[in-house]
Amino acid sequence: MEFRDNKAIYLQIAEYVCEHILLGKWNTDEKVPSVREMAVELEVNPNTVMRTYELLQNKNIINNKRGIGFFVADDAIANVKSYRKTQFMDDELPVVFRNVYLLNIGFDELESRYNTFVKETFNP
Amino acid sequence: MIKINNLNFGYRKNQLLFKNMSMQLSTGHIYGLLGKNGAGKSTLLKNIAGLVYADSGSMDVMGYDPSKRQPALLTEICFIPEEFYLPSIKIDAFVKANAAFYPNFDHPYFTALLAEFDIPVTQKLIDMSYGQKKKVIIAFGLATQAKLVIMDEPTNGLDIPSKAQFRKIMASALTEDRCIIISTHQVRDLDNLIDTVIMLDENSVALKASVEEITNRLCFKRVKELDDKVIYAEPSLAGYNAVMQNFHQEDSKLDLELLFNAVLAEKNKLKPIFN
Repeated sequence: MEFRDNKAIYLQIAEYVCEHILLGKWNTDEKVPSVREMAVELEVNPNTVMRTYELLQNKNIINNKRGIGFFVADDAIANVKSYRKTQFMDDELPVVFRNVYLLNIGFDELESRYNTFVKETFNP
Repeated sequence: MIKINNLNFGYRKNQLLFKNMSMQLSTGHIYGLLGKNGAGKSTLLKNIAGLVYADSGSMDVMGYDPSKRQPALLTEICFIPEEFYLPSIKIDAFVKANAAFYPNFDHPYFTALLAEFDIPVTQKLIDMSYGQKKKVIIAFGLATQAKLVIMDEPTNGLDIPSKAQFRKIMASALTEDRCIIISTHQVRDLDNLIDTVIMLDENSVALKASVEEITNRLCFKRVKELDDKVIYAEPSLAGYNAVMQNFHQEDSKLDLELLFNAVLAEKNKLKPIFN
């Protein structure tokens, strides 16, 4: 995994876990890699992975079964989506809005671009 | 695990390297020890390991005074120096002569580490390259299962694949009862491995804070223009890489090089933020 240089590592690891859940690589009730396994794979401090897992636990994306490890939570996909939506709205959308404003892009132009994008990408 | 209290140390009587240095280190962490050349990183590590003695003040490592060099403490310290000498013998003879000093020495783990580091085990130590020797002593040091692991510039001399292996090995070597201290100039080799930064400057500890504490209080980001919120900045392609106080709870990624330069340049502005 390549880390980007503008976002806290523990949040990038959270994205990595969320991505695996959304793509169906890790399913509900399946065990996620232990803190140590994840730290070794990503070459990061185990305390950083622990911070990620605590965050994902708070978001009800994974849960901790004492003595066994961390598992994908029941409503993980829905919770990942709502967590990512908040992040998108708070962090990414303002950047897009800034450009939309500076470049005088109209909403009707955006809408038709958006519709073409969805058609080409998701219903080819 | 380590309590340093009002430590004064100098190689010459009238020239102190550390003045009233105090610090505590605990288990379960990988500490990154940073500082300019000559700031005393290696000297601090040697004080902790009992290789040099303080002029005054106290040093407590796991309840022992390291300068007394008691065997019960020495079996729990693994010290990987930057410069070292290895004799003209093969690895098995080296292990036979040295592993006996460490009651918990883990032979299968040592063998696994040598394999992971791709070490030619039948070659004499003296004929190996600097990087290979370094990997042998790192493997030996970790296999001692010592609770205190001290490494002085461990990634110097390691080739590119070995650095990645080293990071993986260190990530798995950190346990709740272990304390790992790594001094380095190669911050990019280790920046995701360190959870607490210790920076030495001007005879003392200029900063000691966890990555979480640092990024809670400071924000590292690219800005187009400088304003009075910026504590320290360096020009970059798209403006400036800046350090500023983190007023809006932004979660930025710690830039260790930028932090290092900020501490050297703007000590007075940073001090109150961390107190």
